[in-house]
Amino acid sequence: MDTITYDNPSKIYVTVKAIFYADGLLRPMSIIWEDDREYTIDKVTDIRRAASLKAGGTGLRYTCRINGKDTYLFLEEGRWFVERK
Amino acid sequence: MHSDLNNYYASVECLYRPEIRDKPVAVCGSQEARHGIVLAKNYLAKATGIQTGEVIWQARLKCPNLVVVPPNYPLYLRYSRLAREIYAYYTDQVEPFGLDEAWLDVTGSTHIFGDRIKIANEIRKRMKDELGITASVGVSWNKIFAKLGSDLKKPDATTVITRENYKQVVWPLPASDLLYVGRATKRKLAYYGIGTIGDIAAADPIFLKSRLGKWGEVLWAFANGYDNSPVIRMGEESIIKSIGNSITTPRDLESDEDVWMTICILSESVAARLREQGFKCRTVHVHVRDKDLFTFGFQGKFPKPTNLSNNLADKAMTMFREQYNWSNSIRSLGVRGCDLVTADASEQLSLFCDESRRIKQENLETTVDTLRQRFGHLAIQRAVLLQDSDLSTINPKEDHVIHPVAFFKEGRLT
Repeated sequence: MDTITYDNPSKIYVTVKAIFYADGLLRPMSIIWEDDREYTIDKVTDIRRAASLKAGGTGLRYTCRINGKDTYLFLEEGRWFVERK
Repeated sequence: MHSDLNNYYASVECLYRPEIRDKPVAVCGSQEARHGIVLAKNYLAKATGIQTGEVIWQARLKCPNLVVVPPNYPLYLRYSRLAREIYAYYTDQVEPFGLDEAWLDVTGSTHIFGDRIKIANEIRKRMKDELGITASVGVSWNKIFAKLGSDLKKPDATTVITRENYKQVVWPLPASDLLYVGRATKRKLAYYGIGTIGDIAAADPIFLKSRLGKWGEVLWAFANGYDNSPVIRMGEESIIKSIGNSITTPRDLESDEDVWMTICILSESVAARLREQGFKCRTVHVHVRDKDLFTFGFQGKFPKPTNLSNNLADKAMTMFREQYNWSNSIRSLGVRGCDLVTADASEQLSLFCDESRRIKQENLETTVDTLRQRFGHLAIQRAVLLQDSDLSTINPKEDHVIHPVAFFKEGRLT
């Protein structure tokens, strides 16, 4: 069966640098944006399964503090995405 | 309780395609081939009168600006799995009914999570928050009313049907709302002036049975809330519904001996396949077609689930002897194990049958499996089958369809 891909301008797949700890924990460290700029994640304040109505999808949602602002970072089926503001 | 994901395929598509959320949407099969039908639709499409099963052009007549999208089954499967993970948080008694529906029995977990209504509402909230789709939940003391309840208020609602209110809530509904009342049954019921579920409940069960057969009585019990079937525990139900083999023999079967040989071959194959898949069956079904192509079947239950060829063959043969009077010779035979359970499910030993003999038999058949796997199907065979040397060509398990040329040659078996 062909895989159907969804082209949604509000769903931005991003490159993420992350650490996989020995106890199985996964902590995203920084996000590399479309323009190759790298944003350091200062703190992850919440992790839960959540749907993104805006970007269309569901996955593990990491609430990340970046430059003093909260951003949702989703891990869905092995790929990371953020919602376009 | 029964949970029903609203407009399942369409809801998932709308979540993944924000641009179509405010438009009438239908998920349709293979549009390019021009024979696509509507598999699911959202509420905007529903409002225009589009029905599931309609052809795309019919749907477009009703709704010219209909957005048609192709189905994405891998995604629906993933969502279905995620929904089941949410159910599994509350109970291990989750019985799926298709991808988008499931029964849950939370009787054992109310002391942890609160009462049934609280759990139902929490499940709905989690569906919305975590999966981005909505569910309707029906809460009741039996599966039939729970399912009925989940259909009453949509989307994203909990409906409670209690022993106190069911006569007001359920009985005025049309008979066709009841599970298993299809078009044909609805018509028959209407013929006898039975239009609502209340009418079914008030009818004489003996009368219903005489008109609708066994189902008449079942529907009467459903309508009165007497259904007490349990919600199956996760892992006990299986996706494969039955395993069977059948064979059309080159010459018609004339005697019990012919039939016994055939049943042995078929049962061995079915039993081996059951073991291979890790199942046991609770029921064996025998299918007979006589030389005038008249087809019928009969089935019988085992006292306990089995995957042994001897059990299958003995039961099948006993039933055959009881049911068939040799008014005609037989053209084809089939043996099928149904009502499957997983073989590793814990089982109740019986005081009344020889367990050590059963274990011996089980070991024997597993050994036969291994021998055949290593040295080929013909390495070991039943003596009864050796009455015909040409039988050595038969391997129903791998061939699936078998046509032993010499097997039933005139006079060979007599």
